[in-house]
Amino acid sequence: MDSALHRRIASIALIIGFFLLWETLCWAFGISDIVLPKPSEIIVALVDWFPDLWPHIVQTLYTTLVGFAFGILIGVALGVLIGSSRLAYDVAYPLLVGFASIPKVAVVPIFVLWFGAGTVPAILTAMIMSIFPIVVNVATGLATTEPDLEDVMRALRATKIDILWNVGLPRTMPYFFASLKVSVTLAFVGTVISETVASNRGIGNVMMIASSNFDVPLVFAGLLILAIMGVSLYAIFSLLEARITGWARRKDEFSIG
Amino acid sequence: MTPAAEHEKSPHGEVFVELEQVTLSYGRGDKQIHALGLTDLQIKNGDFVALVGPSGCGKSTILKLVTGLIPATGGYVYVAGREVGAASVRLGMAFQNPTMLPWLSVRDNVMMPLKIVPPFRQDYRSKRKTEFRDRAEALLKEVGLSGFGDKFPWQLSGGMLQRASLCRALIHEPQLLMLDEPFGALDQFTREELWAVMQELWMKLKPTVLLVTHDLKEAGYLANRICVMRARPGQIIDDAPVPFARPRTIEVSYTPEFVSLTQRLRELIVSARPVKDAA
Repeated sequence: MDSALHRRIASIALIIGFFLLWETLCWAFGISDIVLPKPSEIIVALVDWFPDLWPHIVQTLYTTLVGFAFGILIGVALGVLIGSSRLAYDVAYPLLVGFASIPKVAVVPIFVLWFGAGTVPAILTAMIMSIFPIVVNVATGLATTEPDLEDVMRALRATKIDILWNVGLPRTMPYFFASLKVSVTLAFVGTVISETVASNRGIGNVMMIASSNFDVPLVFAGLLILAIMGVSLYAIFSLLEARITGWARRKDEFSIG
Repeated sequence: MTPAAEHEKSPHGEVFVELEQVTLSYGRGDKQIHALGLTDLQIKNGDFVALVGPSGCGKSTILKLVTGLIPATGGYVYVAGREVGAASVRLGMAFQNPTMLPWLSVRDNVMMPLKIVPPFRQDYRSKRKTEFRDRAEALLKEVGLSGFGDKFPWQLSGGMLQRASLCRALIHEPQLLMLDEPFGALDQFTREELWAVMQELWMKLKPTVLLVTHDLKEAGYLANRICVMRARPGQIIDDAPVPFARPRTIEVSYTPEFVSLTQRLRELIVSARPVKDAA
C-alpha cells in the first residue's frame, strides 16, 4: 500500500485519538468545565456561538493576512538588500538580531500609543512578528548562492539584476517558503496578542472577554478556531512550496543513465 | 624568452585574444602569491588552443582573465582588439562542474544565454517557445540528448549534464568559447565520445576556443595549438602547433607522432615542476 496514504491515516488517527483521550480523561476524573472543558463541550460552545463569532473570525483572519502581506513585502526587500552584498550582510546583521530578540508583546503598547487601539496595532504586530524569519532566510539563501552558478551568468555579462532574478531569487525560494510557514503562524500570534491587549474585535478579544466571564468552553473554542486557521494557512503554503520548489526535494526520485 | 614569438608575425587583425605582459597576484605584502608571472599570449580568430600544465599553474587564471571574471594585476588583456569587457564579444563557457540551475529543465538551462546575451535577449519572450526552443532541441540532438529537454538536471547522469553544459556554452553562437576542464570528471569512454562531439561542433561553428585541461591526449585530439605552463609563478614555457588533419579520430592518438607529441609535453611538464614538490 501507498506509504504516503499510510502516514496520512496515522496522522488523522493521532488527532482523533488525542481528542478522545482528552474527553475520556475529563470524564473519568470528573474535571470541571471551568478548569478544562471536554472537547464535546467546546464543540457545542463553538456551534452555539458561531454566528456571533463569525465577524471576529473574519477580523482576525483579515488582520493577520494584511500584516503577513506587509511582512512578506518588507521582509523580502530587507532580505534581498542584506543578502545581496557581503558588506550589507556583515554590517546589518547585528542590528537585525537585536530587533529580532525584542519580545514583540512589549511593542504592542507602543503601537497603541502611536495608532490607538484596534486594527492598526494588530496589523503592525502581525507584521513585525512575521518579518524576521523571512529576512533571515532570504538573506541566507542569497548569501549562500554557489559562486559557480553566478560565474556562469557573469561570463555571459549578465547584470546584477539578471543574476538576482535568474539565479539568486529562484535558489532562495526553498528558504523563503520555509520561512513563510513559520511566519504565518507567528503572524497569528502577533494578531491575537494585540487583540487581547488593545482591541474590541477579533478572536483574541473574544477569548479575553470569555475568560473574564469564566466561559471556559468559549475560550477553548477560540483556541480551536485559531488552531484551525493556523493549520489551514500552513497547509496552503506547504502546497505552494511543493509546487514551486519541487526541484529542491527530489530524494525519492531516481536518476537515470 | 617570449614563447608566443612566432605568432607575433601574424597579421594584427587576425589576432582575436591577446595577453600583453599580463601578471596576476593575490594578497598583499609578504603573503602575496604570484599566480601568474609575466605572460604574453596571442590567439587567432577561429583557433583552438589548449592550455596544459600541473595543478595550480594558473591555467584557469588565464581563462578567467580572458573572460573578464577577474582583473589582471598588471598588463593588458585584449579581446577583439579592445580591452576585455569593453568589446561586446559573445562568450560561451563550460566548467568541469556542469553548473546547471536545478530549478530549470535541461532545455531552459541550455536556453539561459539567449535570455541574457544581446541581441537574443530582446527576442527571448517572443521566440522562447518557437525559434529558440527549436534551436535548443537541435543542439541537444547533436550531442545525443534529444528527448531529454524536459528533464531536470538531477534526472541526468554526469556525462549527460556535461553534454547539456556544452550546448549551453554554444547556443548563442559565441565568438569565444572557454572550456575549463569540461571533460575532467567523466569516465574515459564518455570523455572520448565528447571529444568527437566537441570537434564536430567546433568545425561547424568555428568559435575561437581556449581549452584548459590536465589531459594531454585531450589537448592533442582537440587543439590546433598547445601551450604548456609551469607553476609558481604560472608561465607559458612551450607553445607548439598540433599538425594532425581533421576530423581526428581516437585512432590518431595511437599513432607514433601523437604519442611522441604527448610524451614531449609530459616531459616538459614534469621537468618544470617546482623543486620542493618534486622532492
